[in-house]
Amino acid sequence: MSNDHATLSQRFNENEPRVDWHNETLWWVRAKRDRQAWSIPEWEQLREAASAIKRNVLGNLDSYLQEFEAQAISNGAVVHWAADAAEHNDIVTGILKKHNVQRMVKSKSMLTEECHLNPHLEANGIEVIDTDLGERIVQLAKEPPSHIVLPCIHKKKGEIGELFHEHLGTPAGNADPQFLTEAARQHLRKEFLQSRAAITGVNFAVAETGEMVVCTNEGNADMGAHLADVHIACMGIEKIIPQRKHLGVFLRLLARSATGQPITTYSSHFRKPAAGKELHIVIVDNGRTQQLGREDFRNSLKCIRCAACMNTCPVYRRSGGHSYHTAVAGPIGSILAPNLDMKHYADLPFASTLCGSCTNVCPVKIDIHQQLYKWRQVLVKEGYTTASKTAGMKVMSAVLSKPGNYKRAGKMGRWVMRAFPGMVNNRFNPWYKQREMPVAPKQSFSEWYAENKNEDTENKGS
Amino acid sequence: MSSREKILAAVKKNQPEETGLPSLDGLSGAMPATLEAFRKVLEGLGGVLCEVGNKSEVLPLLRERYPDLKRVIVAEDADQQDWVHEDPHALEDVDMAVVNGQWGIAENGSVWVTEQEIKIRVLPFICQHLAIILSRGNILATMHEAYERIGAPQSGFGVFIAGPSKTADIEQSLVLGAHGARSLTVLILP
Repeated sequence: MSNDHATLSQRFNENEPRVDWHNETLWWVRAKRDRQAWSIPEWEQLREAASAIKRNVLGNLDSYLQEFEAQAISNGAVVHWAADAAEHNDIVTGILKKHNVQRMVKSKSMLTEECHLNPHLEANGIEVIDTDLGERIVQLAKEPPSHIVLPCIHKKKGEIGELFHEHLGTPAGNADPQFLTEAARQHLRKEFLQSRAAITGVNFAVAETGEMVVCTNEGNADMGAHLADVHIACMGIEKIIPQRKHLGVFLRLLARSATGQPITTYSSHFRKPAAGKELHIVIVDNGRTQQLGREDFRNSLKCIRCAACMNTCPVYRRSGGHSYHTAVAGPIGSILAPNLDMKHYADLPFASTLCGSCTNVCPVKIDIHQQLYKWRQVLVKEGYTTASKTAGMKVMSAVLSKPGNYKRAGKMGRWVMRAFPGMVNNRFNPWYKQREMPVAPKQSFSEWYAENKNEDTENKGS
Repeated sequence: MSSREKILAAVKKNQPEETGLPSLDGLSGAMPATLEAFRKVLEGLGGVLCEVGNKSEVLPLLRERYPDLKRVIVAEDADQQDWVHEDPHALEDVDMAVVNGQWGIAENGSVWVTEQEIKIRVLPFICQHLAIILSRGNILATMHEAYERIGAPQSGFGVFIAGPSKTADIEQSLVLGAHGARSLTVLILP
């Protein structure tokens, strides 16, 4: 694979100050998340509750989906079902064509990114304007979002200033965030006012009431949906929650985990279409029922897309979202993507140190790092890893499974590293990249322990 | 078989065994339901809180704080309802919208408003500045109390609004006034 995670991150790592900046920015968001989490003594109980509610949803999903559908229809919405991305795109295109829409606004929806809706609409002569500021910026740059909550986190303000100069006519060289945001506000307000249709994502769909909750800070989902004649809301089947009161749990967790805010500026509850308007809900499978059947990976469907696992991930922070070459990057994306295409995404579960930080911050307690580890086993068994990785793993296994082999190999390794440091400090050793190899100690820990344990026992006794 | 049936059949086949729903008791902890707690969080979000003696003080206060206001809409004013029947796009030039809020949530500084109070859904988003009137006695501790008090939906649309519209998409620099209201004033009635 020439465009796998390792190759793409290598490209991202060519600019070292940029990588440091990216790393620190995301860690700052993670630190904000911590401050919010620590301010709530019941935080861990909340995570438990959220995880248990989502577990209940997975076990009753067929009846919740039907309950949601019945409620939504009685609210006056039109409900569509899409088995895969192609059907989703056809449904949306069909609604827009029926209303003769040629240019329309869309607020953030990772599902439509996953389905590649924008290129499909454009091929059908419908222009889509992304209205989340970060998404509009990457759209102007002809790039996909690199982060599900902060779509242009990889871009410097100078680059954004240049994009705006080129596309929105702002003065060259002006890279002031306040000024650029105001320019985007003026530009996108025109789009909101002219657009007769609006697409939004869905954060939570309540089975009990048939309503959908959409969370934004900018107000773009509301500006689009309330001004348009037709609102199309696209959701995966896993967005369902049982009852309205459960929103209390999820809305307390979502923004705190995502950006360290107590709640997003707007948490909008769409239930009925406004008088004279249309509300369409597209419920999408696209591989989710398959993931539901994978016992080891079904918990990934609990995800509420907060991106806390990305912000905390040492690999994501230093490799950038684009290196994951999938709509949802980072640790959770690396569990979701192989479900859709094992061959194409076989590299992703390996793009992790398995440090477990993702699992520790996940608001719905998905065992992310354990699932990554399990995917590796599946991918090797199914023959989707490279020959060199498989051979390397076989050697590792031969060494690590026999204590005698392990001791001999360790002794040999330490001797080689001390006697011929050039053998490891060279460009053929991937561990040497961007770092010096450590000086090898003279003895192993077990040798040291054998020598020192008596002394230690004596100290304890005294 | 339609996609609906295909999806539901696949869900039924693949879903794990049923588990119960957890109790939500005790999740609010000792979070205070006070005006001071609410004010602190709201100000942290870039909102402003003012206490007024009664509703007649609201407009003079807003005019004093925002001297350049031209078009002001008070959502509950019965004698000023023309805009309710107009195309919502015509609200584009509203400088200030004043709406009633139902509940304020101390833990996150948000206020629950519904279609009943705002009349036209886009109003609190399209206006340049937003003011929400809230009774001091309607401040609740957390979102759990909020959903308990709100109960079943009473209208087609409802929203928690927490502070002015904002974005930090450009290098994580916080900018108030993204697409919605540039400022939020919460006016507290005794």
